[in-house]
Amino acid sequence: MSGTPVIAIEGVTKAFGDRGVLRGIDLEIAEHEAVAVIGASGSGKSTLLRCVDLLIEIDDGDILLDGEVITDPAADPVAVRRRLGFVFQAYNLFPHLNVIDNVTLGITRAHGLGREDAREAARATLARFGLEGREEESPSNLSGGQQQRVAIARAFATRPRAMLLDEVTSALDPELVGEVLRAVRDLKQEGVTMLIATHEMGFAREVADKVGFLHEGRLVEVGPPEQVLEDPRDPETQRFLRRLLEAGRA
Amino acid sequence: MEAEAARPDRRAERAAARRRRDRRGFAIAAASTVLVIGGLTALILTSSGWPAVRETFFNATVFKESFPDVAKAFWLDIRVFLIVEVAVLALGLLVALIRTSRAAAMFPLRLLAILYADIFRGIPTILLVYLIGFGIPALANSDAEGSSTLSWLPTEPVVLGAIALTLSYGAYVSEVYRAGLRSVHPGQRDAALAIGLTERQAMRHVVIPQAVRNVGPPLLNDFISLQKDVALIAIIGVTGEAFQVAQIMASTDFNYTPLLCAAVLYMAVTIPLARMLDRWDRGRVR
Ligand SMILES: Nc1ncnc2c1ncn2[C@@H]1O[C@H](COP(=O)(O)OP(=O)(O)OP(=O)(O)O)[C@@H](O)[C@H]1O
Ligand SMILES: [Mg+2]
Repeated sequence: MSGTPVIAIEGVTKAFGDRGVLRGIDLEIAEHEAVAVIGASGSGKSTLLRCVDLLIEIDDGDILLDGEVITDPAADPVAVRRRLGFVFQAYNLFPHLNVIDNVTLGITRAHGLGREDAREAARATLARFGLEGREEESPSNLSGGQQQRVAIARAFATRPRAMLLDEVTSALDPELVGEVLRAVRDLKQEGVTMLIATHEMGFAREVADKVGFLHEGRLVEVGPPEQVLEDPRDPETQRFLRRLLEAGRA
Repeated sequence: MEAEAARPDRRAERAAARRRRDRRGFAIAAASTVLVIGGLTALILTSSGWPAVRETFFNATVFKESFPDVAKAFWLDIRVFLIVEVAVLALGLLVALIRTSRAAAMFPLRLLAILYADIFRGIPTILLVYLIGFGIPALANSDAEGSSTLSWLPTEPVVLGAIALTLSYGAYVSEVYRAGLRSVHPGQRDAALAIGLTERQAMRHVVIPQAVRNVGPPLLNDFISLQKDVALIAIIGVTGEAFQVAQIMASTDFNYTPLLCAAVLYMAVTIPLARMLDRWDRGRVR
């Protein structure tokens, strides 16, 4: 991979009180690349993604977006977030807005598009994730899988430089996981740069160009999915994958 | 085979049993209602004081005579209520937003907001109406030479009464709003920021609308009591207010029926509000 990575994480640390959650993370995501971060519950996957979107402040290190240090205290977090898309584990749709307004809110208020242009863009993005005809409905009328697809559309409608996906299927019933993974696969095919926290090993193997295993605040192993998931070198990664296999999830 | 044949019968049996239960429930409810209400009515109507009470409180002729004037005066109550309600909604939200803000520069304002909410919720509304209704005019009073540094202060009783009610209810309503703001999941703010909104936009378009929705019923509840408390402005000499008008009529004729007129008018507003509140609450549980 050549050129400046879209996202570069350099020596990032983050502690809550005196609990060090991230203890020196280094990771690069090149243009069009999808990087999956796996790790046990509580290992800090969400924290890492939230740090990149500047939803929490890091303690030390730097995060760069297209070569620009975004964690500089002088940088404007709002402008940075407008260049990134975030999809939450629990969808976090706005329950007081209907489906299309969930998508247009950011397009109009943060990106300054007119109402009609925004609605058109939102309608097109929703249709692409199989949600045509649901625009005027309340999110609560949709299934979990549909809600998460609305959330993906909401994050993607403004064509961000990179998408940050935080365990987008972990709140879903098993039969709804497939449709959401299909939406992410779709993004990957389009060449969208992505940082993905996930529990879905099969999916990580299929979609990710690179997988990192997060353990006790460090990425103990980063490499191509075949290697990290099938032939891990790190004993902790081996143990983690064995446990998953036993639990029947891999 | 047997089970299949038995099923329709069982269903009919259950339906019949349910109907019997419903009928019995209705009969019991009806009988006990008649018994309780009838008993209470009989108790009152047969008491030795009833003829006198009927004459002084439930006098149909006096009611008919006084109702138009009291109703006309009630229009002032409605106007004061509406204006104060709007002011309370704005003041309450402002105070709640100040109290929930985290910016360091807001510290003095936050302190003021806390003091305001504590003090004004601690003073009975009737006392506050007195203090403001008589205190402000005293401050605005001119000295012997006829000049006053605070002469710009309002001295109209109706304005002062409205201010007192606004301050009192604003303190309560700020607490209601605060609970509403707290009830919005933090993930909502995160999502609002993640789509690129500023903190202020996140508040305005995502957090506040949900907070207000969540506290609709308790807000309405406070407005029911506000509507009644508008009568308190009569005590600082607001003329033409329903309770005050009824009171004057009652004391000139030694008949309290005009007060009943006022009570009926207040209920005409508060009871529909209460029904609305109930419906709203039920709709939310669903
Ligand atoms: N705001 C916070 N304050 C204090 N501790 C926090 C906070 N956010 C996260 N933590 C802690 O940091 C650790 C990492 O949390 P995080 O949510 O990043 O884990 P995760 O890998 O995403 O887990 P999961 O797979 O369950 O989503 C956890 O122990 C969590 O309790
Ligand atoms: Mg997580």
